[in-house]
Amino acid sequence: MGLKQNLHKLKEKYKGTKMAPAFNALHTFLYTPNETTHSGSHVRSVDDLKRTMNTVIMALIPCLIFGIFNAGYQHYAAIDATLRLDPLGNFFTWDNFILGAWTVLPLVIVSYVVGLGVEFIFAIINKHEVEEGYLVTGMLVPLIVPIDIPIWMLIVAVIFGVVIGKEVFGGTGMNILNPALTIRAFLFFAYPTWMSGDKVWVHGAKAMAGQPDAISGETILGSLAQNHEPIYSLWDMFWGFIPGSVGETSTFLILIGAAFLIFTKIGSWRIMLSAVVGAIAMGLIFNGVVDQGWIKEGSSFYALMNETYWHHLIIGGLAFGIVYMATDPVTAAQTNKGKWIYGFLIGFMSVMIRVFNPAYPEGVMLAILLMNVFAPTIDHYVVQGNIKKRLKRLKVKTA
Amino acid sequence: MSKDIKITKGLTINLKGEAEKTLASAPRSRTFAIRPSDFHLITPKMVVKEGGSVQAGDTIFYSKTNELIKFVSPVSGTLTKIERGAKRVITNLLIEADPQDTFKDFGVLSPTASSPEAIKARLLESGCWPFIMQRPYAVIADTEIVPSNVFISAFSTAPLANDPDFSLHGKEKELQAAVTALSKLTEGQVHVGVGKSGSSPFKGLKDITLHNVSGPHPAGNVGTQINKISPVNKNEVVWTIAPQDLVIIGELLITGKFNAERVIALSGSEVKTPKYYRTRIGSEASTFLYDSGLKNENVRVISGDVLTGTKISPKEHLGYYSNTVTVIPEGDDYELFGWNKPVFDKISTTRALTFSWLTPNKKYNLDTNTNGEHRAFVVTGNYEEVFPLDMYPLQMLKACMVQDLDQMEVLGMYEVAPEDFALTEFICVSKQPHQQIIRNGLDLMYKEIG
Repeated sequence: MGLKQNLHKLKEKYKGTKMAPAFNALHTFLYTPNETTHSGSHVRSVDDLKRTMNTVIMALIPCLIFGIFNAGYQHYAAIDATLRLDPLGNFFTWDNFILGAWTVLPLVIVSYVVGLGVEFIFAIINKHEVEEGYLVTGMLVPLIVPIDIPIWMLIVAVIFGVVIGKEVFGGTGMNILNPALTIRAFLFFAYPTWMSGDKVWVHGAKAMAGQPDAISGETILGSLAQNHEPIYSLWDMFWGFIPGSVGETSTFLILIGAAFLIFTKIGSWRIMLSAVVGAIAMGLIFNGVVDQGWIKEGSSFYALMNETYWHHLIIGGLAFGIVYMATDPVTAAQTNKGKWIYGFLIGFMSVMIRVFNPAYPEGVMLAILLMNVFAPTIDHYVVQGNIKKRLKRLKVKTA
Repeated sequence: MSKDIKITKGLTINLKGEAEKTLASAPRSRTFAIRPSDFHLITPKMVVKEGGSVQAGDTIFYSKTNELIKFVSPVSGTLTKIERGAKRVITNLLIEADPQDTFKDFGVLSPTASSPEAIKARLLESGCWPFIMQRPYAVIADTEIVPSNVFISAFSTAPLANDPDFSLHGKEKELQAAVTALSKLTEGQVHVGVGKSGSSPFKGLKDITLHNVSGPHPAGNVGTQINKISPVNKNEVVWTIAPQDLVIIGELLITGKFNAERVIALSGSEVKTPKYYRTRIGSEASTFLYDSGLKNENVRVISGDVLTGTKISPKEHLGYYSNTVTVIPEGDDYELFGWNKPVFDKISTTRALTFSWLTPNKKYNLDTNTNGEHRAFVVTGNYEEVFPLDMYPLQMLKACMVQDLDQMEVLGMYEVAPEDFALTEFICVSKQPHQQIIRNGLDLMYKEIG
């Protein structure tokens, strides 16, 4: 009881001062505030933005834990390829966990500390409460970067992403682009050598390059883009025992996260479903092109185009992007009809960019950012449909 | 002739403390009050001075912009005090009641035999006109415009609200007189929505089009029924009237007296014996509150239902249009980890560690805590689940916030009242004041266009 009263006294003390947003942000994590309704609806449902964001974080935790193990596993397996013969048996080991935690947790901590730091500063300057948007962004960022990304790059990118991607538009709820993807896009274009190639996906690969015991690890999309046959089985891809960004490799866990988000009604099933349909549609088109013999085996697009259509869903970051980032309600289409169109185009474009742009093997980031920009346009036309109906009704009545 | 309206989108909020279907007479109130704030956008021009005595039905003030719209005393007594607030706005008119009511006699008027002009004139002079609300803008009806239709909802789905099937029991004669009179004032029809399974007194009446309504809240809101029966178009006006106000109109026509009697539902989890009371418009809330008894001191007394009512103190008076008084606990306390722990005792439309979806019939004891802080709009698609009107609620709210009149108009602003956004406000994750936003939007439109 004592704590509650003491915090209440402190809250009263800080009220109206510059520090109030910062204090309230911490206070409200411990206690839901004593705020009551004044007008309008006197009772309110229990859901608030913290609970909503927390649900998404819970859906991400399995991916984070898996990512930690996978970071260690990919490192050791790159040194000793025999480990890959029994991935399950060699995966959940202390060695993997310790190495993984040592490399992944700093990314998580830096992402949160820097990102929330920026949020706090802006909240104090703008005199508004600290909004919860960054809670999810901060968890997404470490999961969508390569394991060995230098910390200073991450700091620069997070500051850029939060300030330019979100705060300049007015903060949470006002941004046009998904902040996590803005951060990743910044890294991608500012430091391309750290974001693609065959040396960034496995811990230590870059540091040991050129040495006799050099290791490498190419993502499946990277291999396909160079018309190499990937060395991993489909099951490896599905379970996630493959190199890639930290937390996006396990399609299995992403499916569990998707199921959780859909069940809790926090994630939009419309976007997820239509994005899958879009990706399959594009995959089928490319398969058809290959079947028709319109593209020769020597072509640089051949391997990716020839990839069986549904494999696109389990390789690369497509599944992760669809479930956790395309569904961001602020940057997605906001009408239900619009969500179908928006999701479909994300899936469709992702696979298209994948195939046609060997320099950027993964297309989902660019596809989502592109559709973020078009989401308001989609909504505009959906809402126009409703408006036209209303005008038509008026015409019938006055005619 | 009757038609069915089935509402699927919505949310029934089950609360504890439903009023028992027994009718008690509240002790006669010593003072009565009229709050001009109950009459939205009306600036009162006083007729009676402080200290003047009035009969029930005597005009106390009229609207400054339209002196035809008169407001009358619900009781006979002495106007003891005109309370004023900032800028000398009249906030409260206190009337000390005589022990016995004397009524002003307006004379009997047969609705079947009278002309529309005579009926209209009678409604205006007797102070019954303010019971007639219009859409667009959700304000007291314009006296110049003939409405294209009249809508009455005699079906209640709001939490703990007054059940018209019970409170209108035995009032068929008055209701018939009132709807016949109204049917002469419109070029269209008088549409009445009744509960599909209920035994509404409207079911045997003439001069109306009956609609059997079913579904979760807001199926009982007149705005929902208008949207499904005949949505309001631009340059069109419809009237809406609450069924208990029809009884007052009907009685006026039959007896010539303005009898401001109300049957209110006193409900809510903090009321010891929630039941129905016979009282009058403007009575002190304490007359029935303490008759039933309250369980706690720290309570919110609401004149109206929990979604749309006005906060009052027990010493204050029943609102002019209220037929429900709800008492729920205040929620002015902190809750440890309230934002992430599993919740079983509050209502939610999600399943984010909230479990009200498991027990749809459970009755809840909700307090006035906002359960979170005010935020920008983030979540999308959730309002649509509880919003049965054929329009886009989020886009409408945003249009109102940025005061985009063109967008408000084409999105359907003429069709809505603040109460239509009560449920979206209830479930709002960002805790935005939806009804206030819509009210401000309507007021802006009224000022600029209407």
